[in-house]
Amino acid sequence: MSKSHVTTTINGEAAEFLCETQQTLLDVLRDVVGLTGAKEGCASGDCGACSVLIDGTLVCSCLVLGVEAEGKAITTIEGIAQGDHLHPIQQKFLEHAALQCGFCTPGLIVATKALLDENPNPTETEARYWLAGNLCRCTGYDKVIRAVMDAAAVMRGETV
Amino acid sequence: MNYISSDLKVVGTRPIRPDGVDKVTGRALFSADTRSAGMIWGKIKRSPHAHARIVSIDTSKAEALPGVRAVVTSADFPEISSEMAFVGEGPMNFRDLSDNIMARGKVLYEGHALAAVAANTQAIADEAIALIDVVYEVLPHVIDVDEAMKADAPVLHADMFTAGVNPKPATPSNIAKVVTFKKGDIDAGFAAAEVIFEDSYTTKPVHQAYIEPHACLATYNPDGQVTIHASSQGHFMIRAYTAKLLGIDMANIRVNPAEIGGGFGGKTLIYLEPVAVALSRKSGKPVKMQMTREDVFRASGPTSGASVTVKLGAKKDGTIVAAQQVLKFQAGAYAGSPIGPGCMCGFAMYDIENIDVLGYDVVSNRPKVAAYRAPGAPISSFAVECAVDDLARMLGMDPLALREKNAAVNGTKTHYGPTHANIGYTQVLEATRAHPHWKAPLAEGHGRGLAVGFWFNIGGESSATVHVNEDGSVVVATGSPDVGGSRASMGMMAAEVLGIDISKVRATIADTASIGYTFVTGGSRVTFATGMAVTQATEKVVEQLKARAAQTWDIPVDAVEWRDGKAYPAGTNAGAFEPLDLAAIALKQARTGGPINSEVSINAQGAGAGFGAHICDVAVDKETGKVEIIRYTAIQDVGKAIHPSYVEGQIQGGAVQGIGWALSEEYIYNDKGLMENPGFLDYRCPVASDLPMIEAVLVEVPNPRHPFGARGVGEVPIIPPMAAISNAIKGATGLRMPDLPMSPPKVRAAMDAAG
Repeated sequence: MSKSHVTTTINGEAAEFLCETQQTLLDVLRDVVGLTGAKEGCASGDCGACSVLIDGTLVCSCLVLGVEAEGKAITTIEGIAQGDHLHPIQQKFLEHAALQCGFCTPGLIVATKALLDENPNPTETEARYWLAGNLCRCTGYDKVIRAVMDAAAVMRGETV
Repeated sequence: MNYISSDLKVVGTRPIRPDGVDKVTGRALFSADTRSAGMIWGKIKRSPHAHARIVSIDTSKAEALPGVRAVVTSADFPEISSEMAFVGEGPMNFRDLSDNIMARGKVLYEGHALAAVAANTQAIADEAIALIDVVYEVLPHVIDVDEAMKADAPVLHADMFTAGVNPKPATPSNIAKVVTFKKGDIDAGFAAAEVIFEDSYTTKPVHQAYIEPHACLATYNPDGQVTIHASSQGHFMIRAYTAKLLGIDMANIRVNPAEIGGGFGGKTLIYLEPVAVALSRKSGKPVKMQMTREDVFRASGPTSGASVTVKLGAKKDGTIVAAQQVLKFQAGAYAGSPIGPGCMCGFAMYDIENIDVLGYDVVSNRPKVAAYRAPGAPISSFAVECAVDDLARMLGMDPLALREKNAAVNGTKTHYGPTHANIGYTQVLEATRAHPHWKAPLAEGHGRGLAVGFWFNIGGESSATVHVNEDGSVVVATGSPDVGGSRASMGMMAAEVLGIDISKVRATIADTASIGYTFVTGGSRVTFATGMAVTQATEKVVEQLKARAAQTWDIPVDAVEWRDGKAYPAGTNAGAFEPLDLAAIALKQARTGGPINSEVSINAQGAGAGFGAHICDVAVDKETGKVEIIRYTAIQDVGKAIHPSYVEGQIQGGAVQGIGWALSEEYIYNDKGLMENPGFLDYRCPVASDLPMIEAVLVEVPNPRHPFGARGVGEVPIIPPMAAISNAIKGATGLRMPDLPMSPPKVRAAMDAAG
């Protein structure tokens, strides 16, 4: 079977790749493009470890085909920090010890970015429901939610 | 040396973990993230039946498919004789492990591996798997533990004669082992009791549900040397099992520890590595394998489901005089449930004169269980803590007061042997009584539950190296995979001993060829045992640093003292010298004796036992039966929190796994013995919107056997939640929910039945 040629933008840079039409965006990112930050935890859209943004919309990349990236802008965990400057969400995850094993962390950070882009001032309940699609088995979510709320405050300019 | 009473500058603070940036930027390399040039993909053919004889396996069509490089079955693995392995956490027999990773003769559960393929692409490997023809003779199966113990149950292993009974049974059965612990005279105890309470409880198997599926990359070189990249709770464990199962010298296997995406006990066993090595040997290519989530549920270890009875006898004043427990644990397809710790832990929080515990290890047509956080104890304690709660109601006593009255203290002899020493249970109960949550008024319709838990914790074999670099910075390496921030604690203990800033210490994990043997990350042992090794190795480095300063100053070494990261002359008699810091000494190390480093390997003893108490408030929806956790507080003696944030994280995460076990998680089987919910949609782990904040209260009663007073933390917090929640539901509804999970349909049915 011949492969499809896809022209897209990944983390702000023009990119192109060849993929099979049935390949998921997650497999393309990991196995073709070489960005392994998005993780496969279930391949069924239930765990959120593979979360990426497509034109700013939060998706499970295991439920999207690679060819659907054509003409779109993809943001992965590798594109959240600006150079060597961590995003406030990343910084707050570190400060609050909001990760233990760190496997779900890329997905949680990408999902949090999407939340705060859409709703800069979420309540704790809104944050909990937004992140209900991201399974974390280590933390019990307590420190994750604290990190998210603190990052939101920083991004609103309320604290540092 | 002991630093418990020292003025600590690093230990007890909350620095950012050394591997943190890698993990928030997506750079950290987990098991499935490693690639190798020329790599091909391995896949496993799994049984569609719960129990069947393998009549034949025809791999010819798969082998003929273009792109297929190798096919293996059990014929490619040496036959292993029955021999107990002491490699991972919990009992395992090498022969059983070999049969579990590649079935021989029979398949014993749905998902049991029976052949494997390596091919150029995943798609070709999947196609080849479908082309393997297997003829099965389907056999009757048994899933439930009580059914499996019946005389007419289908027998899984013709050579299984119950161990622990005398005389040896004449016929094989599914009961692998009987365990008994006795203290005092149970009959006299019940005869003296004025109040007796008895009830039965069941729990379902639940999966560790680490988000990272098992994966590995293995390369077999023509000279017989093997390299494995894989995540696990012990890369030495992977080496030991792979060497034994394939008949390879350990020196020829090097295992590189990948970052581990959660384990909780479930990665103290292996499933893929020997298969990947066999495929690599046959194909001559590096072979990568990764499980799907379905594979993880169907074929890797959950913990046991169980059937438990508890009988308690007490005086009217609340003195418990007799306690009896019978536990029947599902082991899965092979012997080795956590029945031992299950029997040990249920009554270990109590000082009771007469105790009798009987446990059964029972096989059935399910995946072989693996360790899961305090293996066995949560099941045992669910039953005991529900029973103690109901006993308190019968006696008209406050449930905390009943626990205080019967609490184990230093000097209490446990029913399984040891006498409690240096425990902090009294302080945990005091902190519970003093906590605002315990005193807070309850809202209308809400219920409050209390439960306590005990885990003995372990020490064991650990190795650590400390290297002073040429610029005076320091590298600490250990053999313990970091499942939840242990690198931070290891670096902090070294920095404390050296008297330097944590930013000058880099903590890493070394592969099996680069450091001494280290037992698995499990049993809550790493901060205790590996931390002890790190501390001792750092102390040896300090001795060397003092010796180098003494040499530089030409004074005796005992005239040098080390404090705040510098060597000083010890008093005016030693001479007047400017202090030498690490960088100054390191700069001259070539002229004062060469590199400064040390490696320490120990078998750590004296792991202090851990105790916890959880308070939980719930609301029960009368329409749906859904239980909502309103408030949750977990109080635990942690000895000394090296990095308090990660200690709190262990407690919060453990409590939430227990909440899932209590309310929503279970293996569901159909009448053919096939699992019906092998995915995260239907196997329902707690999500953020299910939960409130989890308040972790750290009680610090130092463990005198650890240089900083630490005791294991990770396992205790999963023990109390199930009973705390059941007790809270009883408070809210008046109904006892004795069967897990307490899911909405069950709670609704119980409310309906009660009218």
